[in-house]
Amino acid sequence: MTDLLYSEIEEELRSSVRALLADRSPHQAVLARCETAEPYDRKLWRTLARDLGAASLAVPEETGGAGASVREVAVVLEELGRAAAPTPYLGSSVLAGTALLALSGDEGADELLAALASGERTATLAVPLSTAPGTPRGAGFPAAVRADSAGTLTGTVTSVADVGTADVLLVPAEGRDGPGLYAVEISAAALTVAPRTSLDLTRPLFDIALTGTAARRLAGPDRAPAALERAVLTGAGLLASEQLGLAEWCLESTVAYLRERRQFGRTLGSFQALKHRLADLWLDVVGARAAARYAAGTLADGDPDAPVAVAVAASHCGDLAVRAAEECVQLHGGIGMTWEHPAHLYLKRAKADQIALGTPDRHRTALAGLVDLPEPAPTA
Amino acid sequence: MTDPDELRRRTRALLDAHDPTGTDRLDFLRARYDAGLAWVHFPHGHGGLGAPRALQAVVDTELAAAGAPDNDPGRNGIGLGMAAPTILRYGTEEQKERFLRPLWTGEEVWCQLFSEPGAGSDLAALATRAVRDGDTWVVDGQKVWTSSAHNARWAILIARTDPDLPKHRGITYFVCDMTDPGVEVRPLRQITGEAEFNEVFLTGVRVPDAHRLGGVGEGWKIAQTTLNNERVAIGGQRAPREAGMVGKVATTWRERPELRTHGLHRRLLSGWVGAEVARLTGERLRQQLTAGHPGPEGAGTKLAFARLAQELSGLEVELLGEEGLSYDDWSMRRPETVDFTGREAGYRYLRAKGNSIEGGTSEILRNIIAERVLGLPAEARTDKDVPWKELAR
Ligand SMILES: Cc1cc2nc3c(=O)[nH]c(=O)nc-3n(C[C@H](O)[C@H](O)[C@H](O)COP(=O)(O)OP(=O)(O)OC[C@H]3O[C@@H](n4cnc5c(N)ncnc54)[C@H](O)[C@@H]3O)c2cc1C
Repeated sequence: MTDLLYSEIEEELRSSVRALLADRSPHQAVLARCETAEPYDRKLWRTLARDLGAASLAVPEETGGAGASVREVAVVLEELGRAAAPTPYLGSSVLAGTALLALSGDEGADELLAALASGERTATLAVPLSTAPGTPRGAGFPAAVRADSAGTLTGTVTSVADVGTADVLLVPAEGRDGPGLYAVEISAAALTVAPRTSLDLTRPLFDIALTGTAARRLAGPDRAPAALERAVLTGAGLLASEQLGLAEWCLESTVAYLRERRQFGRTLGSFQALKHRLADLWLDVVGARAAARYAAGTLADGDPDAPVAVAVAASHCGDLAVRAAEECVQLHGGIGMTWEHPAHLYLKRAKADQIALGTPDRHRTALAGLVDLPEPAPTA
Repeated sequence: MTDPDELRRRTRALLDAHDPTGTDRLDFLRARYDAGLAWVHFPHGHGGLGAPRALQAVVDTELAAAGAPDNDPGRNGIGLGMAAPTILRYGTEEQKERFLRPLWTGEEVWCQLFSEPGAGSDLAALATRAVRDGDTWVVDGQKVWTSSAHNARWAILIARTDPDLPKHRGITYFVCDMTDPGVEVRPLRQITGEAEFNEVFLTGVRVPDAHRLGGVGEGWKIAQTTLNNERVAIGGQRAPREAGMVGKVATTWRERPELRTHGLHRRLLSGWVGAEVARLTGERLRQQLTAGHPGPEGAGTKLAFARLAQELSGLEVELLGEEGLSYDDWSMRRPETVDFTGREAGYRYLRAKGNSIEGGTSEILRNIIAERVLGLPAEARTDKDVPWKELAR
């Protein structure tokens, strides 16, 4: 059984990420930035990615990384979730990083991965954030973009995360010989990037349009589909850790508020009706921690149970985070409905995360196949 | 006056005298009020005919068919839903005369100055004070979460007039002129991006004693009327099948087969059943009222409404998948109307979060059901018979 606890090194990593975010990304700062053209604090990202080495954790030493694993990446995500921090970690270090890692040995991929690991460059995977694992295999490689024989790309991809800070886009595209994964410089001509108005203010989304855009092919039909699937599966599994961190913050800040707030001559936290609700929430957070750790562990170990672990973590943590954020809003009363209070940042992140990389419903459907619990046949 | 045919005849007479296509909107609304067809259950002279409340539908149906203008209820929800029934019940003849007609026509919008930073669920703990000075009261304090204060001409206000009495007994109910000096309204932006509610600062505001509603110290009792009406207004409108949030999700489901999944289908159907059950419960309640046997079901309507609105709007965002990741517009504005189902799925999801807080939280409503309907004993209280000024805050 994979280790479900945190190592000492992980705890150290956690405290340095937490300290950095507390110092440089307090809620007021997140709120102040979130409606500007620069929702991401690039300096903070540089510190996180380069100085704290968060971008290199899962990258092997020979490619310039720290040679740790996605277990450590999961810890960083927990902290990013706790702070509702706007950083391109999911797009760059998790999605793009995993895809490149899966192509290791390819010179172009290794080079780019090393640049991401050093924090020198930032990338993202150009798929809709809602893409669920199993989509590339099941419903066919995303064919929204076509590659011509000269290697230029044409097509559009909607709702892509972390484009705003990316230097490079990893674009899945259908070529004449089948699916491939291509690298496109963000500065390329014939590339347009249009921001969307996102539900999650802390993770803005973009639509990208390629019109004969120059690209470099990193992988062809033999490796691209598996790399893409690995990236999306890993993303879904690790997102559970972000959801865990988010839920923990919601629970803790609600508990703290109910210990302070007085109505009817007593602290609200002394009402048994509220105590029981928070106890139930705590129980589900405890479950989320185990499930998220298991998903990260199986992904790190290449354990064949990873798809099941991911489906379990993603369906439990996705719904839990939304519930925790909804409880946080509700139990703060009127304050929870205001813009100034950070609860709404968490609610929006939680609701968007619930859709990101597969809804809990899609993950449960995937699970049904994986553990042989088929749906009943339709009755005539 | 309990005869639907008679009401239909009167409605047609109104339409004959004031053809809605040719008449100015306000003139038509005033004529309707004067004909007693605004609230048929209100007394003669105050917009009604003393008819059973249930017969309002007869009038509304006729007028809607003739394309008559409505009084824009989304703009003056607090006036129509809460201030009006309270004024009707506790106001003097002069107050009814002064306030009800422009309230009903929408010429004057109302807001509710109840909640305070330290007094939300425990509204009776409020600290805004009103001190008598001859024929006027001088009011000082701070209110919060005040919906529509930026559009309002008038406010219903509760304030503490005797700090030496236990908290429920030292409160008095007033009508406050929002244009008076000393009233300052500051927008308070909310989760949806807009500022529907406000903070209101009251500094030396002079409220004439003629604008007191009910007796000095009776404010808490009167506020109960307002709050009960608020719950009915939020949860209890008569509606056709698939009105509101369920209709939005059902339409998306029907029009967008590519979004369907089995899991969501189950939730949709369970939400649909819930919405239909709530609708039928409301209908049954109305029939009970008409038959003269009000039941306790009313206590649950707002609770059921909030739960359904939240479940269904959350489901809708998930159903939309990639589209659910987008929002229509975050820009800060101060809306004229409150519309729970307006705009897009993300807005509906976020706005619905307020349904279980505004007008009494779902937790407080559950307590009320447990204690008043089920007769369970109340929580032990330490604040009941203590003078307000001695309470720990
Ligand atoms: C969108 C919106 C519009 C509003 N419009 C108006 C308006 O126009 N005018 C106005 O006066 N007010 C308005 N309000 C205020 C609203 O009435 C209060 O927010 C509400 O009564 C709760 O008070 P509070 O915010 O102080 O929460 P608190 O009373 O601090 O409650 C915090 C949490 O504790 C729970 N809780 C409290 N007491 C108990 C208990 N005994 N048992 C179990 N749980 C408990 C509550 O349910 C809540 O979840 C509005 C609020 C919202 C969200």
